[in-house]
Amino acid sequence: MSERYSPLYELTMARLREILREPGFVFWIFGFPVVMAIGLGIAFRDKPPDKPSVAVVEGADWLVDALDDADGLQVKVLEADAAREALRRAEVDLVVSASADAGSEVLYRYDEMRDGGRLARYMTDAVLQWSEQPDRPIATADELVTEKGSRYIDFLLPGLIGLNLMGSSMWGIGYTIVLARKRRQLRRFAATPMRRSHFMLSYLLSRLVFLVLELAGLVGLGFLAFGVTVHGSVLALLLVSVLGAASFAALGLLIAARVQSVEAANGWMNFIMMPMWILSGTFFAYTKFPEVIQPLLRALPLTALIDALRAIVNDGAALTELGLELGVMTAWGVVAFALALRWFRWQ
Amino acid sequence: MARCVGLVKRYDDVVAVDGVDLQLTRGECLGLLGPNGAGKTTTVEMMEGLTLPTSGHVELFGMRWGEGHDDAIRARIGVALQETVLADKLTVEEVIRMFRSFYPSGRTVEEVLDLMQLQPKRRARYHKLSGGQKQRVALGVALVGAPDLLFLDEPTTGLDPQARMSVWDIVARYREEGGTVVLTTHYMEEAANMCDRIVVMDHGKAIAEGSPAELIATLGGRQLVELEPAVEIDPASLAEIAGVRQASTRGRRILLTVDDFASALPPILAHLSERGVGLAHLGTHEATLDDVFVSLTGRGLRDE
Repeated sequence: MSERYSPLYELTMARLREILREPGFVFWIFGFPVVMAIGLGIAFRDKPPDKPSVAVVEGADWLVDALDDADGLQVKVLEADAAREALRRAEVDLVVSASADAGSEVLYRYDEMRDGGRLARYMTDAVLQWSEQPDRPIATADELVTEKGSRYIDFLLPGLIGLNLMGSSMWGIGYTIVLARKRRQLRRFAATPMRRSHFMLSYLLSRLVFLVLELAGLVGLGFLAFGVTVHGSVLALLLVSVLGAASFAALGLLIAARVQSVEAANGWMNFIMMPMWILSGTFFAYTKFPEVIQPLLRALPLTALIDALRAIVNDGAALTELGLELGVMTAWGVVAFALALRWFRWQ
Repeated sequence: MARCVGLVKRYDDVVAVDGVDLQLTRGECLGLLGPNGAGKTTTVEMMEGLTLPTSGHVELFGMRWGEGHDDAIRARIGVALQETVLADKLTVEEVIRMFRSFYPSGRTVEEVLDLMQLQPKRRARYHKLSGGQKQRVALGVALVGAPDLLFLDEPTTGLDPQARMSVWDIVARYREEGGTVVLTTHYMEEAANMCDRIVVMDHGKAIAEGSPAELIATLGGRQLVELEPAVEIDPASLAEIAGVRQASTRGRRILLTVDDFASALPPILAHLSERGVGLAHLGTHEATLDDVFVSLTGRGLRDE
């Protein structure tokens, strides 16, 4: 009896082997997101055409008056720093500033690499030149910036990573558990003294192993194909991904806790994931939704994950700046895991 | 070492088990014999702690389910469910090792592979195994925790005769080491071969109990004449014939328990021909548990 057996290790290895020995799984986990990233990355090499959005730096009311009425422009007034930040986050296409004197020189700040930036600059200029002093042109100056992480692909890639972590965590866990229940494998486990928490943790741990590979795949692809660089620390990126995946894995467990059929599990998964595809800012910023519902959107686990990923990849944020997002993900994960443990049915 | 008191399991409008009491002593093999749907599996699953009884209780090793000792009980029982699908993608060795890790003590993986004669298949994936090999893995997984009590639910259903023998062999060896077994079956040969004591179940109730020999003795004789008259006759009239102990019916056939074929057959045939009754079928065989079930219920174990 010199052999020692660790149930958590054995269960986790069993999960990993099952995944690796199932070619279909491997495609859904790795192939699908890569295909999706390539497809979308090529289709939307830049931001999709939209009403240009312009930030006017506070202190030049005459600019606001002139631009506010203009059709075809979305205008908001921001402090200088906030405006710069908004430009960097691709929330606005152009930052306009001038002194308080009407007709003084106007500074356009935008990213030449983005179609939206150039479009916004010329539209704004046309409006200003026309409305203020048609006879006397306003002096303008351009400040071209190439903000790091300001292209659409920079915006999209963290969104895709988040989406992929959500999908593979929830499917990888929910689907396989429901299948095992249907085949009475869970019942067989229930007849052993196996710790229930070990069983569930093994699913989470096996997910984490694959997560590292998925993450490396998408980040590597982003870098090689589109030149997307991670500005923050890779460790922070990994930690955030782990937390996000764990929290979605817990949600997957929760769905699988009682559902009897694979079809019902599919339905629940879609019911939970589809709205987040749209609402959590995967493909476009959720700031486009009405202001009132934004706190709700930010409370969604996918929003928190994608926001945190973007902050790390594009803005080089440190973990300490991401308290809210980390908190949201932790809360979802802990609550879902606790409920799953409580409600789980073995048959 | 184990007992069930007044076990009842009711599903919505069906009573699957209707008041079953069982006693189990260490070292014995108790068989629950009955047709499909008799409530055998539900009874065993209540004993295994997988199904909650509607009323009544199960006591194993002096402990009851749901009173905080569940894992202590589970550590001492081995379970082979009906139609267990173990992980398809894992190898035999991996499955056994995984189950071994759940038990605080037990056999080594090597011992189980030897015992189940699975050494040559240790690296084969579970889903590539034959039915008999899968069942040996299921038994191995049930025995890996060195249980005091082994539950087998229809352990040889769907297996060919050779695979069935090898399952019986493994269980016999487990019993030689002092193991106690509860098994369900609808094969009378299996019950007769393996069990010290049999509880006959039908419609959720235990309708007879005893050793195979005792149950067969209730028929009154060890040999049976099975006949199918061409026209309907009253079986009771046949029971009057000298040398016939009992008469029962199974569908259109009549089963007569006799002491001895040679002396009983001539008067039976004479009785029929006197009345001009032709025979569509006539056969004789040694009494079996199936005959016991027929005499109790009028149906065979495998009749639908």
